[in-house]
Amino acid sequence: MAIGWYLVVSALIFVIGAAGVLTRRNPLVILLCLELMLNAANLALVAFARLHGREDGQIFALIVLVVAACEVTVGLGLIVAMYRRGLPIDVDELNELNG
Amino acid sequence: MSTTTLAWIVLLCPLVGTIVIGAGFKVLKGSAAGVIGTAAIGLSFAFAIATLISLLGHDPQHRELTSSVWDYARTLNIDARMNILVDPLSVFMLLVVTGVSTLIHLYSVAYMESDRGYTRFFAYLNFFVFSMLLLVLAGNFVLLIAGWAFVGAASYILISFWYRRTTATRAGLKAFVINVVGDVGLVLGTFFIFGHTGTVDLIKTFHLVPHVFPHSNNADLVAGCLLLLVGAFAKSAQVPLHTWLPDAMEGPTPVSALIHAATMVTAGVYLIARMHSLFEAAPAAADVGAIVGGATLLIAASIGLVATDLKRVIAYSTMSQIGYMVMAVSVGAYSAGLYHLMTHAFFKALLFMAAGSLISAMGGVQSLDRMGGFRKAMPFTFAMFIIGGLALSGLPPFSGWLSKDDIIGFLDHRGGGFLLLGIVGYTGALLTAIYTFRMIFRAFFGQPVKEAQELADGHLHHVDVPRNPATDEVEDIDVGFPGSAHHIAERAVPMKVAMSGLAVLALIGGAAQIPGVDHALSSFLDTTFADSTIIRQEPSTSAAWIGLVIGAGIALAGIGIAYVVWIARPGTSAKLIERFAPVHTFLINKWYFDELIEFLIVRPALWFGRFCETVIERVFVAGVITGGTVSIIRAGGALVRRAQTGFVRYYAAVVVAGITLTALYFLLTSS
Repeated sequence: MAIGWYLVVSALIFVIGAAGVLTRRNPLVILLCLELMLNAANLALVAFARLHGREDGQIFALIVLVVAACEVTVGLGLIVAMYRRGLPIDVDELNELNG
Repeated sequence: MSTTTLAWIVLLCPLVGTIVIGAGFKVLKGSAAGVIGTAAIGLSFAFAIATLISLLGHDPQHRELTSSVWDYARTLNIDARMNILVDPLSVFMLLVVTGVSTLIHLYSVAYMESDRGYTRFFAYLNFFVFSMLLLVLAGNFVLLIAGWAFVGAASYILISFWYRRTTATRAGLKAFVINVVGDVGLVLGTFFIFGHTGTVDLIKTFHLVPHVFPHSNNADLVAGCLLLLVGAFAKSAQVPLHTWLPDAMEGPTPVSALIHAATMVTAGVYLIARMHSLFEAAPAAADVGAIVGGATLLIAASIGLVATDLKRVIAYSTMSQIGYMVMAVSVGAYSAGLYHLMTHAFFKALLFMAAGSLISAMGGVQSLDRMGGFRKAMPFTFAMFIIGGLALSGLPPFSGWLSKDDIIGFLDHRGGGFLLLGIVGYTGALLTAIYTFRMIFRAFFGQPVKEAQELADGHLHHVDVPRNPATDEVEDIDVGFPGSAHHIAERAVPMKVAMSGLAVLALIGGAAQIPGVDHALSSFLDTTFADSTIIRQEPSTSAAWIGLVIGAGIALAGIGIAYVVWIARPGTSAKLIERFAPVHTFLINKWYFDELIEFLIVRPALWFGRFCETVIERVFVAGVITGGTVSIIRAGGALVRRAQTGFVRYYAAVVVAGITLTALYFLLTSS
């Protein structure tokens, strides 16, 4: 079975996500783009699982979903905390942790 | 119970006493700590007597018992165990240590009563007795060294007992440092001997000596014995490691009586007697011990003639008397040396107790210059001083007379160079009688001083502002300084009982060994010294009695001289000082030993320390090693710091770029 198109779609979504992370300054959008990247990886994992006829990749994709859920929780929590403290909702403004 | 079990209990009692008093210091009120401490040592003494009785039940040939509880290390060559050696020598020491300690504990119950550190004092005192018993019971070198070091530590904490007195803490440090010099000597000496015998067990070592060192004066054995002597000299305050003992008088008077007169300072004598098998195989080292003992006895006695601090006069006298003992056990007069050790413990402890009572009557002042005429005001203390003084001077029938002349008689009998040491001994005896009665005449005769008159009127002198007797600094009476009230023997029953007990012992203690009458002590100790070849050369009874008569004559002459100088013709001493001013200066400066040590050891050590600080520490360590490392790390940090901008998207870009490059690399190389 040919999985070429699946991988192409996966790569496209990943690049879109990476570009979003690199260019956007709103943390909410960055979070969404991160989700895109994770799901691109999931797509590739499922495609490879199908190719080899084994279920390892699918299980791994499920675990990635769990991790993604956790990550979103933490990320959203950070954003809410930032909002409550009246901090700017802009990652470029939050650059105090430098060398 | 077996003999060794009893000996274990003797060792255990003071340890339990220390722990109980130390742990319960908050609960124990009043004189509870004193009672517990005294009871612990009294119990220990009772068990020591039981040990003696049990040991006497054995056949004389089988009175060398060992007992082990556990092993510390047993490998190919080391056999360090927790084992004790119970033989006549150690039982003899047990009896002397616990017996005198009991009485001194009893004395302290009253003497230290008003001191804020009362409980602490008894915990320390019990700890000292435990250490001393560990030292004398030790069945191997390892335990011996442990006991040796414990005793040094106990001495240090008790000298510095009044820890807010700067003079006391300084004296404690001095004692500790000099004692550690001795500890190092003892340990190194043990290594020398262990290297040849391959065992640390004492009995095995003694049995191996003739096989391992078949020839007399083997170089390694002589070196080992000389190092053991360094240990003995430091602990027993022999020249040139003696300067700590006079300073140790900064401690409370019961401490001076117990540690710096009766027990601890005789540890060196015990060590030489215990190691007699080694010393007899190394006569060169033994001769060094004898010469140093002789020198110490003369030097100390000469300083005792001019010292004006009451306690220091007795301290110099202690050094001098230990010189006799070291000389005796070094030349092979073991039973005579140990006999003198015992009688000295009695009368010297008594003298210190009487001195403590006298100092109390003076409100803490120790200078003989300010004392006088206490005879009427303090009849009991005066009587005790006279008994102790006569025993120390060696007048018949007091114990010191028999024991001192036992030593000198042995020296005369061996002849040759030993005869010279015998003459030194007689000279020392003359000086002893003079300085002892100088002390008594100056303190008790003559015009009564203000304090004596007050006391005769029934009122004990009390100072409102306590001062340090050495420096006249103003002190308070809180913890770390002496307590408010002073106690004299006339008014404190425990002190009176303790002093009477010692006075009786000082009177009749000589009965242990009288030439031609009985030889209980030497025949008892014979098992320990059975392998000695020298001990058989004892003087005949008539020679011994001639020696005793000469000794008594010399003591009388000394007392006579003291009477003429300080009573019959007052002012003679001032004239003498004027006439022999350089000698007096020399003696009053203690033969310049402190200055000599300062010049030869302390100054070079200080100079070396300063050199290390300025050159090695500042330039090499701080400059090159630490400074170099710091600047390397700092430069590296400055380099990488630029990468940390704080922009999240910058980090993300770096990550993406990194992963992309890595992926590209693998793609390119895999094809």
